[in-house]
Amino acid sequence: MAGTDTMGKEMVPPDDGADRVSGAIASRLGGGGRERTRAHRPYGHIAEFDSARAVYEAAKKMRDAGFKKWDVHSPYPIHGMDEAMGLGKSILSWLVFFGGAFGFFIAVVLAGFTQVSLYPTIVQAKPANWNTIPAFFPIMFELTVLFSAFTVLTGILLLNQLPRFNHPLFNSERFSRFSDDGFFISVEVTDPLYSKEATPEFLESIGATAVELVAHDDD
Amino acid sequence: MANGTTTADATVEASGIHSDPPGVQGVPREPLVLNGRSMHWVTERICGIIENRQPLLWWVLFLPSAALAGLLAFMLVYLVSTGIGIWGNNQPVAWGWAITNFVFWIGIGHAGTLISAILFLLRQRWRTSINRAAEAMTLFAVMCAGIFPVFHVGRFWMAWFLAPIPNANAIWQNFKSPLLWDVFAVSTYFTVSVIFWYLGLVPDLATIRDRCKPGIKKILYGIFALGWRGANRHWRHYEMGYLLLAALSTPLVLSVHSVVSFDFATSVVPGWHTTIFPPYFVAGAIFGGFAMVLTLMIPARRIYGLQDLITAKHIDNMAKVIVLTGSIVGYAYLMELFVAWYGGNKFESGAFAMRVLNGPYTSYYWTMMFCNVVAPQAFWFRWCRHNLWVVMAVCMCVNAGMWYERFVIIVTTLARDFLPGQWGYYSPTWVEKATFLGTFGLFLMLFLLFMRFLPVIAIAEVKGVLPEADPHYEGDKKKKDQNK
Repeated sequence: MAGTDTMGKEMVPPDDGADRVSGAIASRLGGGGRERTRAHRPYGHIAEFDSARAVYEAAKKMRDAGFKKWDVHSPYPIHGMDEAMGLGKSILSWLVFFGGAFGFFIAVVLAGFTQVSLYPTIVQAKPANWNTIPAFFPIMFELTVLFSAFTVLTGILLLNQLPRFNHPLFNSERFSRFSDDGFFISVEVTDPLYSKEATPEFLESIGATAVELVAHDDD
Repeated sequence: MANGTTTADATVEASGIHSDPPGVQGVPREPLVLNGRSMHWVTERICGIIENRQPLLWWVLFLPSAALAGLLAFMLVYLVSTGIGIWGNNQPVAWGWAITNFVFWIGIGHAGTLISAILFLLRQRWRTSINRAAEAMTLFAVMCAGIFPVFHVGRFWMAWFLAPIPNANAIWQNFKSPLLWDVFAVSTYFTVSVIFWYLGLVPDLATIRDRCKPGIKKILYGIFALGWRGANRHWRHYEMGYLLLAALSTPLVLSVHSVVSFDFATSVVPGWHTTIFPPYFVAGAIFGGFAMVLTLMIPARRIYGLQDLITAKHIDNMAKVIVLTGSIVGYAYLMELFVAWYGGNKFESGAFAMRVLNGPYTSYYWTMMFCNVVAPQAFWFRWCRHNLWVVMAVCMCVNAGMWYERFVIIVTTLARDFLPGQWGYYSPTWVEKATFLGTFGLFLMLFLLFMRFLPVIAIAEVKGVLPEADPHYEGDKKKKDQNK
């Protein structure tokens, strides 16, 4: 019961009555009284699929079943998966629009304000006023692009809550295949539809070749 | 799953994902990855470059490159400690080799972002095999380029005067100057290219992280992989970000060499003061950049056995880009001559007459003409595009020719302008030659280190263009096992 092999091909979560499963450390201790206190909170189930097609079809069923806290993990972005998961368009483009607008504003102030008010440089027969604005266009363009690019990077990190170096999913040896040729669906225990018994069965019914319970680190 | 019960014939039929609609006979599209390689094979082959011992040839190339990079450092120290006079540039040719080399390297740095951005927007899926290396090459070329203007200013410790902050005398930069636009354009280009390159690397770094045994390597790759776990909720923002960066980089890549050309075109020097410069420079930059990509990738694919990923089709496509841009460049050369004659400005026509016919540097002009206009015409022929020796020979011509082009534009023009009393002759000193040679060492050394430590091909992107990556693929599931 306690020392369940998390490397097993098809694993059903241990039904020990409590909503906690024993993890690697507990199983190494060989059971006993301390096991409960060292036990790991479950994070959720991961299900492995054997192809992009299989995980795509399964994702549609997950979406239709009404799961909320779940995700698909794949080595590359699968075309059409956003629709299959019922996700909308990323809001990143809006963030980048405002990032770019900010860059443009910076350029107007930097080039225009310094040249017109702060330190007019009267060279090249160009007037030191706003009529010379075409000469500032390259700076405006470059800073718009630069700040947009910064916003792309920070936006992706913020929206994805990265970097996050540790994650319960990394506790699964099987899961590391996601970056090679593995396709996974993960369902968190915090999902309102999650059930310790029904969810793994559901995952198998939608085509999973293996289902595994993943636990948090010791905490 | 669906084809579990179908017959063998039906499986074969269904495996073509680019199947034509019924009743239409088309030429089948060439696969982007040959021999039906699996995703696992792609991972193994590309990560294998990093995980296995480097071939002897890597060391044979790396050690001289590192030595040349050391020579570069030595030459720069010698320059700074002695004074700018050890370079040959002086009035009237104040720009000399330094700016020639700057424009040369920055031009090479255009192919990477062109491949990653413009070809991405144009949905040229063949770019996935070459974009990573081309982007890396871009960064290293821009680094080499940046060295020259910084040291060319003479007192390089004052180079911070270029930054958009008031200098020590509270004087602000002249934002109306093309030279300052250049500072913004090149530094923005470098920064955005780094972001683009790094963002593309994140999923591949995760692949390497997951393959490493626990240890310092895993920690380092893990830090740069940012804890990537391939989640589709992440891919959603990631793909949008990648698209946005491509859309932003597309005008950016066109702007950089346009702004570089403004350094020349906005002056009133005969031979420089032309409106054709921005498109002519951009076409030339793409031309030279693709030649350098091929120069690096043809040996690399051979050394590391990447022929199934960088196929003859890729080389063929790049050769076609070279003949297209080379012809645009040739057109620009001829149009310059036509306008010099037709424009009726005697300084302009005089400048070109001395450039082409009777000046001190006519051999440079005709070398440029041969290397950039005549040599690439070989690529009209399929045989030439598929013979790697011919491709390499033409690319070497183009690499040299693009340097000659910048020399012709800068030096021949400055050496002979309005008054014969101002005329001069410029030739580089050994220090300049050694410095330029040193930048090749730096460039190659950085590229070899990149191949040693980072995935040279975008693993995740290549997996995405495999037939079975399509969620509607109904092909043979057994393919996986065949490749093991």
